[in-house]
Amino acid sequence: MAFEGLAERLQSTLSKIKGKGKVTEADVKTMMREVRLALLEADVNFKVVKDFIASVKERAVGQEVLKSLTPGQQVIKVVNEELTKLMGGEQSKIAVAKKPPTVVMMVGLQGAGKTTTTGKLANHLRKSYNRKPLLVAADIYRPAAIKQLETLGSQLDMPVFSLGDQVSPVEIAKQAIEKAKEEHHDYVLVDTAGRLHIDESLMGELQQIKEAVNPDEILLVVDAMTGQDAVNVAESFNEQLDITGVVLTKLDGDTRGGAALSVKAVTNTPVKFAGMGEKLDALEPFHPDRMASRILGMGDVLTLIEKAQTTVDEEKARELEKKMRTADITFDDFLEQLAQVRNMGPLDELLGMMPGANKMKGLKNVQVDEKQIGHIEAIVRSMTKAEKENPTILNASRRKRIAKGSGTSIQEVNRLIKQFDEMKKMMKQMSGMTAKGKKKGKFKFPFM
Amino acid sequence: MSFFKKLKEKITKQTDTVTEKFKDGLSKTRDSFVGAMNDLVKNYRSVDEEFFEELEELLISADVGVVTVMELIDELKDVARTRNIKSSEELQPVISEKLAELLQKSEEDGKVNVQESGMTVILFVGVNGVGKTTTIGKLANKFKQEGKSVLLAAGDTFRAGAIEQLEAWGERVGVDVIKQQSGSDPAAVMFDAVQAAKSRGVDVLLCDTAGRLQNKVNLMNELEKVKRVIEREVPGAPHEVLLVLDATTGQNAMNQAKTFGKATDVSGIVLTKLDGTAKGGIVLAIRHELDIPVKFVGLGEKVDDLQEFDAEQFVYGLFSEVLEEAETE
Repeated sequence: MAFEGLAERLQSTLSKIKGKGKVTEADVKTMMREVRLALLEADVNFKVVKDFIASVKERAVGQEVLKSLTPGQQVIKVVNEELTKLMGGEQSKIAVAKKPPTVVMMVGLQGAGKTTTTGKLANHLRKSYNRKPLLVAADIYRPAAIKQLETLGSQLDMPVFSLGDQVSPVEIAKQAIEKAKEEHHDYVLVDTAGRLHIDESLMGELQQIKEAVNPDEILLVVDAMTGQDAVNVAESFNEQLDITGVVLTKLDGDTRGGAALSVKAVTNTPVKFAGMGEKLDALEPFHPDRMASRILGMGDVLTLIEKAQTTVDEEKARELEKKMRTADITFDDFLEQLAQVRNMGPLDELLGMMPGANKMKGLKNVQVDEKQIGHIEAIVRSMTKAEKENPTILNASRRKRIAKGSGTSIQEVNRLIKQFDEMKKMMKQMSGMTAKGKKKGKFKFPFM
Repeated sequence: MSFFKKLKEKITKQTDTVTEKFKDGLSKTRDSFVGAMNDLVKNYRSVDEEFFEELEELLISADVGVVTVMELIDELKDVARTRNIKSSEELQPVISEKLAELLQKSEEDGKVNVQESGMTVILFVGVNGVGKTTTIGKLANKFKQEGKSVLLAAGDTFRAGAIEQLEAWGERVGVDVIKQQSGSDPAAVMFDAVQAAKSRGVDVLLCDTAGRLQNKVNLMNELEKVKRVIEREVPGAPHEVLLVLDATTGQNAMNQAKTFGKATDVSGIVLTKLDGTAKGGIVLAIRHELDIPVKFVGLGEKVDDLQEFDAEQFVYGLFSEVLEEAETE
């Protein structure tokens, strides 16, 4: 069964309570049960959930919720606040040593994404802070791990320090620091081999590296899809190495990422970065508050808004808005808008950030095919100027020509024109609404 | 005789089939197994709400997933009521049997579909970092030891160093790898590999693919294409599509099984990294909901650390922590 957002879960619980006029303590208990389920489904560790529920319940049973007119909303608010508090409010940055080079050690289980993250972090340091990092290949165990880092290094055009797989990682790390000092690198990123937190000898090796190079930052790389075990992993890495931060990888997947909360709760160190894709620039600063919403299944509205703000040209948007109001939109505008939306990133990613998008009829499990959008663009581009401005002249023969010109079928062209017409109609309705003031009912936004 | 006693005897009897390694891993808990179990049963003499709550927590902590756990608990409550089971001792075997049954419905479940005559093609799929390439290396070794000729296809043309990693395994095990340059079309690599495998007349062709998150539509389409090429070139192939799952993965594994299943008709699961503290309980939910059996488990980094799946041992693993706790108390 698919996970349902906490908001939806609470809604259905509340609908049973409705009509009672007042929410009782027992009702709060039922709601807490839903919160618990939501968090467990999101992979938050059950012990962490237990503590969390206890603290939320205390607040919920207090005046805040019981006296509220919208108890469901209030519970969500309390949960969200407490979650954000637990996640750590502030966004935290990577350490800088007083005396360069700053030494960063990457540790974690096998397959968490240490090597890839090392490459991404190097890229981030250069791009955002104009730093000159040295990559150090200290994974001598996994076949071709050194080669992997070297390939990343050449893709980034950055030096990689390696002594092959016959020298001990401790020695490699030591020599790398010397080399970094000689060549004036201001960051040294040590990529260590993945290991199990219960492997005593390999964990001992990490401690030796730590003693040898005295790192300013030890980043634990954690797969965002990790389940209940995240607690054990984070706890023992932290106990043995005193980690200073966490990098959450593979967050571009469709996991809720409850592991983030578990890791934060047991180590009390901040999540500093999030891996958001396979490309080398796909490492982003971590926003704890947004993670809270994601875990609860409420969508990442803030990121969406931010993306829109940075990519949409304001003036063009205003112009478009005016046109929309008069329903005077042409295919040219349509293309323009399509391009703006696309600039914001892959469409399915955007949809994922929209709260409730995954529950909307028709949008549920929608797989936005970027190719399809390419087709649409091709169709519009195959129209003449006159056709774009006045779609009513599109007769059968014109449509046939457009289909041929764009390499699509007449059916596809017809579908697009129909959709465009409907969009125009919808806009007319909307502008009618604003003109007559706030008329209720009738028209609803799809996301309301 | 209690179920766990039976289980213990079964495991001890299996010494020939189970490798020394696996035994080593289990021996610590196994020695005090029965005693510990008795302690636990003593702690929860009666089957009450508290007992079920404890059980629920235990299963959730193993990543079984809330929905499946609730259903299981409800079923167990029903059983307890209808059979009038009052003591936890009596319910114990019911629990374990139910779980084991769910995981292994028949003897055939864990078997790999190896062709009697002609070539067997196995395709490996999964998200990033679960251990696809390592599993292929281990499995290549296993088949080679059985006297079969093996060929590997380096279908991960995306990740830096992936081809080299598979080549290193090929060298270690002593089998050839068919590859193209990094960045080339994986479907083309598969085509080459299938042709090479045909002309050499090998018994087993193991196909690596790049790790991909299941919500990347384009990458899933690419995977479908890879499978189509194999289907077209070898009738009846791929004979197995194995989804490699990391045991540390939580509820997202269900999404993985669903989406990869849809794209490539996954026929079995390889559960890797079970040598850590993660229990991989999500395979219970996957079996329950999607009916995909587990075929292999990865128990370490050594070349012979891949074992055929044994439901009883797996269930035993789910409870091992409780046993240890009871032991220390």
